[in-house]
Amino acid sequence: MAAWTDISGIKQKIADSSAEEVTASYIETIGKSKINGFTTMWDEAINVAREIDSEGHEGPLAGVPIAIKENISTKGLSTTCSSKILQGYVPPYDAHVIERLREAGAVILGKTNMDEFAMGTSTESSYYGPTLNPWDMDRVPGGSSGGSAAVVAAGEVPVSLGSDTGGSVRCPAAYCGVVGLKPTYGCISRYGLISYANSLEQIGPLATNVADIATIMDVVAGYDSRDSTSINRENTYSDALKDDVNGLKIGVPEEYFGEGIDEKVEKAVWDAISKFEDMGATYEKVSMPHTKYALASYYIIAMSEASSNLARFDGTRYGYRAEGENWHVMASRTRAQGFGEEVKRRILLGTYALSAGYHDKYYLKALKVRTLVKQDFDRALDNVDVLMAPTMPAPAFKIGEKIDDPLSLYLADVNTVPINLAGVPSISVPCGFSGDMPVGLQIIGKHFDENAIIKAAYSFEQNTDHHTRRPPEVA
Amino acid sequence: MVYENPDGIRIGLEVHVQLNKLNTKLFCGCSTDYHDSEPNTHVCPICLGLPGSLPVLNERAVEFAIKIGLALNCSIVEQTQFHRKNYYYPDLPKNFQTTQYDYPIAAEGKIIIEGEDGEHNVGITRAHIEEDPARLQHMGTIDKSKGTLINYNRSGMTLIEIVSEPDMRSPKEARRYLEKLRSILDYLGVFDGDLEGAMKADANVSVFWGERVEIKNISSFKGVERALLYEIMRQKNQIRRGGEIVMETRHFDEARGVTISMRTKEDEQDYRYFPEPDLVPMRVADWVPKVRETLPELPDAKRARFMEEYSLGETHARALTTEIKVANFFEEVAKKVDPKDAAVWVSDILKGELNYRELSIDAFTVEDMVAVVELVTANKITEKSAVDVIRTVLDDGGKPQEIVEKKGLLKVEDDIVATAVDEAIAENPEAVADYLGGKEKSLNFIVGKVMQKTKGRADAREAREKVLAKLNE
Repeated sequence: MAAWTDISGIKQKIADSSAEEVTASYIETIGKSKINGFTTMWDEAINVAREIDSEGHEGPLAGVPIAIKENISTKGLSTTCSSKILQGYVPPYDAHVIERLREAGAVILGKTNMDEFAMGTSTESSYYGPTLNPWDMDRVPGGSSGGSAAVVAAGEVPVSLGSDTGGSVRCPAAYCGVVGLKPTYGCISRYGLISYANSLEQIGPLATNVADIATIMDVVAGYDSRDSTSINRENTYSDALKDDVNGLKIGVPEEYFGEGIDEKVEKAVWDAISKFEDMGATYEKVSMPHTKYALASYYIIAMSEASSNLARFDGTRYGYRAEGENWHVMASRTRAQGFGEEVKRRILLGTYALSAGYHDKYYLKALKVRTLVKQDFDRALDNVDVLMAPTMPAPAFKIGEKIDDPLSLYLADVNTVPINLAGVPSISVPCGFSGDMPVGLQIIGKHFDENAIIKAAYSFEQNTDHHTRRPPEVA
Repeated sequence: MVYENPDGIRIGLEVHVQLNKLNTKLFCGCSTDYHDSEPNTHVCPICLGLPGSLPVLNERAVEFAIKIGLALNCSIVEQTQFHRKNYYYPDLPKNFQTTQYDYPIAAEGKIIIEGEDGEHNVGITRAHIEEDPARLQHMGTIDKSKGTLINYNRSGMTLIEIVSEPDMRSPKEARRYLEKLRSILDYLGVFDGDLEGAMKADANVSVFWGERVEIKNISSFKGVERALLYEIMRQKNQIRRGGEIVMETRHFDEARGVTISMRTKEDEQDYRYFPEPDLVPMRVADWVPKVRETLPELPDAKRARFMEEYSLGETHARALTTEIKVANFFEEVAKKVDPKDAAVWVSDILKGELNYRELSIDAFTVEDMVAVVELVTANKITEKSAVDVIRTVLDDGGKPQEIVEKKGLLKVEDDIVATAVDEAIAENPEAVADYLGGKEKSLNFIVGKVMQKTKGRADAREAREKVLAKLNE
């Protein structure tokens, strides 16, 4: 495995040698990978790098390698959501973020592993097999963007894109000891992101440091008329890269330190908050009383939307197709054979929640709870600048430990899903260890106030050394 | 006279109108001009439902829908809201249809039709916007098909579904409703009714104020009337035999003219409607006044004006205002000739000749119509010759004046007839004497001579009158 290099380091390397050499060295590293983070490599990557060398490129990411989660459409490069049902599907178009990255000169190395259709917290449900955590290969990297987090942690790529529906960027960032941002809903166009739960998800970057997160955001965020939920609002994220938390007001929601929290996680997070105090910030405890209902609300909404979003995978137009004597038999066999267990479970539960007689009891009620959870955030963030809490209540668990117990897996998302229900931004940064496994601190901000949480995260990074520790084989 | 509706018939219609005059589809930029194109050439990731694609609402489609709502006297919703209607079918690329549910764009309107007992109001329950599915083409017959081809050119076209109250009391009223609706849509310029799939209807009908039965798959106005006539007869027979009418959906077999049971209420699908998360509500309340300004004069108003302004009878006024193009054509002609003559010639003669040939009014020019009417009213050609001229223009082309000359249709001048009469009387003294002696038949002989002398160009009746006048001097 290679050493961690940030974007400015990469640019220096390109200046000293070439984009081709940099790209080749990452491809070589990936070739020796033991973690199964990449699913498909892009065979054009080296040519793109060569072109950048020969023709020059002024883009902010000229020659910088990047990895893309399996659910973001890349023209000419397989995009399968790590599912059997999309085997063979090659999108004829680029997602908005991919267009932006290509324009900026980024070199897409390949696609990264994920829980099938982003439904999971461990990247174990992938058709391509599980991705391993670089810190301990018996453990999961988190999910669903497990591949995107693990390849960054393993030094196989400096930055990557994931997607976060209920914590899918922040959870693997925390488990793999890297930085991951879930932007405000509407901040990054979802055009080309294969929907799991449209009203909740956002594409988000993962990197080894906060500055790289801001650099990627400057490229991929912004208005896109092709996504009706995209918001027209200009912002320069790298403006927030300042070491200054003097006077910052931090709220600490008690509900995020509830039952089942790992003691060492709790300690690491409180130590981080103390550190912020040392740096000039103040904190107060806040109450977010509807947090305990967030998980149920989240799963009902996400599964309901998923049951409809995933209906189109029927073998008719693309991807896997089973044989059948007529269309209905073909379509149901395709779905029976093409989807994994967890995906089927969520489609069935979502279908149930939307059915006549249950719609009001589950789906509508979940929407009402969602409003209450949002109001919790509005109220809490009225008095403070940011909220801080553990990203995950415990560090990465062992592979196979929870996969047969979906409820315990769902419970792991307890601190991440409320953020998606509210649509606010949140960043996870390394803040210590529980044993040998990294712990993530979650910094949550107001709608479209990414700069506040980036600034806090950046300041924390400048004044601590958690992010300098590497997985054993990377070091 | 009040129509009693003795059989307690209630008919409601659901009409799907494809807004094929929009330039682009409902949620993507694909062109709607696909009717003469190869299959699957007007498609993109959005109307193919490719993973990751997202819909963007066509604002012009919303504007058209508001226009339709206003023309149907509906109230317009404050903001748009779309829902997903979830069901699996091979013509649906996403296996859900994006449509409107509890907030249709327009609701609570009415259409006035010519009913069984004069003017009759048919309530409009709602009008909503939805996307058209793809088109399935079976290779061979549907039950013995080797396969099915899917053409996505139609996928994502804008449909407006217009739902009426069950206010129609006979199949005839149902047809009148459809004709009126089509007429209004024609005036609005939102669709071309002649294109494939432009207008489709489902009907629901009940007798003796009983349970309603839905009839699907009716492809023409005539079909609606036929399907309803059959279905009413079936329901009445069923009741006469002591049977009961159950709430069900039936399919109309156009070829055999019968309805066949498809499913009963218990098998109704659960569409699991929920709000489309990819489309945000769009406030349209502020658009309404502006759209209202673009509303043209509608058929009812135009008919009233024609009766008033041109002193036309109701029948002529109605016939001339059904299609906007015909109404405009008439008004152009009426600028040049007496409007009453224009009405007779456009409505009674030209429209009949056009219908017979399945042609639209575009096949005839205002200029030619004016020429024909002027020739007749100036007494230069007979009415019979005028009809001949119109037919010739339609069948062989040419200008009316040329045709009249070429065919020698000009009526002969009065003095020529007078000379011929004088000559005929002078040359046939015996016949004159016979007539004066009481032999009526001899008159015909003299008139025959006049016709011979004028080579048949004289009007026979006119010649007869002139001979009589001369003999009675």
